[in-house]
Amino acid sequence: MRIELTPQQSKQQESFKHFVDDEIFPYADDYDQQQRIPMKTIKKFAEKGWLGVTIPTENGGLEMDTISWGLLCEEIGRASSSFLSLITVHYMLCKALTSWGTDFQKEYWLPKLANGEILGAFGLTEPEFGSDAKNVGTSAHFADGDYVLNGSKKWISCGQIADLFLIIAQCDGAPCAFIVEKNTPGFFVEPINDMLGFRAAMLAELRMKDCRIPEKNLVGKIGFGFSHVAAAALDSGRYTIAWGCVGLGRACQEASISYATERKQFDNYIKDHQLIQKMIADMITNVKAARLLCFNAGYLKSTKDPQMIMATSIAKYFASKMAAKASSDAVQIHGANGCSSLYPVQRYMRDAKIMEIIEGSNQMQQILIARYGYMGI
Amino acid sequence: MGKKMERDSIVMNENEAKEKIRHFLVKFIKKFDLKDDEDIFESRLVNSLFAMQLVLFVEKEFKIKVENKDLDLKNFNSINSIFTFIDGKKSA
Repeated sequence: MRIELTPQQSKQQESFKHFVDDEIFPYADDYDQQQRIPMKTIKKFAEKGWLGVTIPTENGGLEMDTISWGLLCEEIGRASSSFLSLITVHYMLCKALTSWGTDFQKEYWLPKLANGEILGAFGLTEPEFGSDAKNVGTSAHFADGDYVLNGSKKWISCGQIADLFLIIAQCDGAPCAFIVEKNTPGFFVEPINDMLGFRAAMLAELRMKDCRIPEKNLVGKIGFGFSHVAAAALDSGRYTIAWGCVGLGRACQEASISYATERKQFDNYIKDHQLIQKMIADMITNVKAARLLCFNAGYLKSTKDPQMIMATSIAKYFASKMAAKASSDAVQIHGANGCSSLYPVQRYMRDAKIMEIIEGSNQMQQILIARYGYMGI
Repeated sequence: MGKKMERDSIVMNENEAKEKIRHFLVKFIKKFDLKDDEDIFESRLVNSLFAMQLVLFVEKEFKIKVENKDLDLKNFNSINSIFTFIDGKKSA
């Protein structure tokens, strides 16, 4: 068994790091304060082809290997959880269409999603339904050749700027999934601001009132909207979040080491205090452990092993817990400075809390992981 | 012996294919005497992630691609139906 990057993956990693260091990392606090990511930055990211990393080459994407895709998410997560959120939901739509889209949907939409002509987002959560996602209240019924959607979706990342949404609904009690264009009559987007974390993720509430969409926008089949379409999207989302948490943990580690190397108390740099060393040692160890779980999930994904789903849940669960602890310790190491906007660690801590909630709360991951453990799988 | 199925130029027979399917399914439904025509969804013992894992299993094990048009519970609700579905995809 070899756990090491190929030369190609190492080269990609350098390229991701270079881009993130130049284009995202220095500005991430500004995004957080202004609660938005500039379109010019998203455009530069798109020009690299990285909005299409999961899309097959035949549909205009890069069809990047799963480890390189993860490394990209790690680098983005190191700089900005909000940017990570944007690509997470975009990839979720891409994954749903790649796996379960019709030939038309793949040929028409995927090239546009790959080159950044349009941005995607994922609409599952509702004001009254979060973890209980199979019982979403948004309804769809077929009338005069169209599906008519009614209901609302909440906390939708990238909702303010996305062009195309994957909406999960119920059609006569059967789960179903649709793609909805933002300009569809009866589809309304209301920005949500001032969240605890992911403040630049441009969240929105989506309202659908007699929103008519053509039959060809059904993704998968009626009855398979949750078990297959949403599940494929969520698995992709957990994978990007898991890797992003590794990046966030690294950011905490790097910020903490840097601060502890410069800050003196009792005539010594605080890095020399053993209680500080304990926190930094835990960060380093847990970041590495989370990355190994992500490698495991990525490897299983690359071989399309059925175990990949649980491996991804485990990676997301562990990595987000790791990020929450690492960011809390990073603030602790920074003291009062860490609680101020002078240092990014307070942002890391706010973002890490969101990581424990999105794409399936950690409590839902725990239930799944335990259930599989009981099954002996 | 039943129908024959091409898999990586190795000829696999129906019984062997069904045994692989049964081996995968019983991990989830814990029914070791699962019959070939028994409806696995009626057992209500499978969870929401099972459906995706079943898709991944048949794709990996039998080197086929499950597509949008294949989304029909009739293709996946028993050992017999899964075998027939795979056989149909291999023959197409």
